[in-house]
Parts: sequence; C-alpha cells; structure tokens
Amino acid sequence: MKLAEVQTILRSEVLCGLENLNREIVTACGADLMSDVLVYTKERTLLLTGLTNIQVVRTAEVGDLMGIIFVRGKRPGPEVIEMAKAKGIPLMITELSMFDTCGMLHSRGIRGCSERVTPDEL
Amino acid sequence: MNSRQVINLEFQLKSGDFEFAGEASSQIKRIVQQIGVKPEIARRIAICAYEAEMNVIIHSQGGIIRVEILPEQTDLYVEDRGPGIDDVNLAMQEGYSTAPDHIRNMGFGAGMGLPNMARCSDEFTITSEVVVGTKIHMTIRHI
Repeated sequence: MKLAEVQTILRSEVLCGLENLNREIVTACGADLMSDVLVYTKERTLLLTGLTNIQVVRTAEVGDLMGIIFVRGKRPGPEVIEMAKAKGIPLMITELSMFDTCGMLHSRGIRGCSERVTPDEL
Repeated sequence: MNSRQVINLEFQLKSGDFEFAGEASSQIKRIVQQIGVKPEIARRIAICAYEAEMNVIIHSQGGIIRVEILPEQTDLYVEDRGPGIDDVNLAMQEGYSTAPDHIRNMGFGAGMGLPNMARCSDEFTITSEVVVGTKIHMTIRHI
C-alpha cells in the first residue's frame, strides 16, 4: 500500500514529505516505545505513535522506516517537522485513536511486526 | 573502499543532551552507506550506535563513542564516565531498566537497549565498574 492511500484511509493531514507519499509500505508498527520499534520493525514499515518528540524521527531514520503517523491528533513541534523534512521522512497526523488506526490499516491488508526480526532479516 | 583505508570517527556525548541524541548514529549511518555497506548492515550499525548513544545520554555523566570503519567490519567503542552498572547480567535482561519516568515518557528506558545492541552486533562485550563507568565494544561485520 502506498503512503498516499494510507493518508486517504486515515484522513490524515500531511505535515511534510508530500513528495515521498508514493512510498510502498508492507507492515506497520504501533508503539510508543522506540526501542521496541527498533527490535520489531522490518524494512518498508510505517510507524504509528502517540509520541511527538524528536527521538521519533531519529528512530525512523535509524530503522529505515517509511514514514510516521501521529495518532489522536498529536501535533509535533516545528523542530521535529524540520528534522523530518531534512531527512525526507513523511509525517502525518490522524485524529483517529491508535486502536482505530491499527484496525483500519490491518483490515486493508497491512500486517503487524509481531515477529521479532533476526539480524539476518534486518 | 580501498582495502587499506580505515575511517576513524569520534563523538563526544553529553549527559542529558536529548537534542543531540542520535546525531552521532545518523552521521555514522550516512558514512557507512556512502562507502557502500549494504543497507541491512548499515541499519544494524545505526541501531547499535543509537542504543549506545541513548544509554550514555540517559544514564551516564557523559562519554564518548569511537568508530573504526574497516572494509570488512565496523567497530564501535563506547565509554562513559559512570556511575557504572552494578549487575551487568541483570542489565542485559530484556525489560530490566533503571530509567526514570521522564525517560520512559520519551519512549526509552524500556530495558531493551543493551539486549538490542547485543542482538544487532556480531560481537558484543561489556565491562562496567561501579562509580567509574561502562565500556562497550561492538563489532558488526559487513559481509
């Protein structure tokens, strides 16, 4: 699924990275613990989170994530948006809760990262 | 990369500097990508560096991360100035954490940092002395 389709499904506001909405995602990870994100995510993963600090963008960069959706209408500060812009990471906001966001994407074929990634798969 | 070439980098890490946290890892990742290290290996190097950086910034009184990039592997040497880890075996257990609430609110301190470094590196050694500090050496092979 392309990020542009995710945006439509979640009725998201795009904060930055409009030029990268053609990115294809396969899995998604809903988490507020960034170490868990690094343990469980694979490539082509979208991050769904309620955290809005700068470490979320750092985690996305380190983990090669495709983009970030902030749930429950959480809005990051300008420094977070600036960093994401510089790193080409799309940021979006949805008013939906974490549960609803996960459910809507899962029902349309996006799978979770429930299996731990072995170093060979990283 | 020329077979004799070695890239050495060094980053100072300040205790509690969350603005800078991740900057060293970001630069390390960019450099290994530029010299042609495979994306999945670059990702492992970046995760090791990032977890180490966060640990030093969260728990210690400051420290340093030194990086040696060889054609066949990347070595990360992390050293901090204390307070050290009382029980290293306990600290290596997933979920064990001494991080305060404000760190957990930032999405860290879940007790996954050290196990994550061990998991993403090919070789991992940690030594710690209470009061003095902690030393970690990680090797990530490029092939």
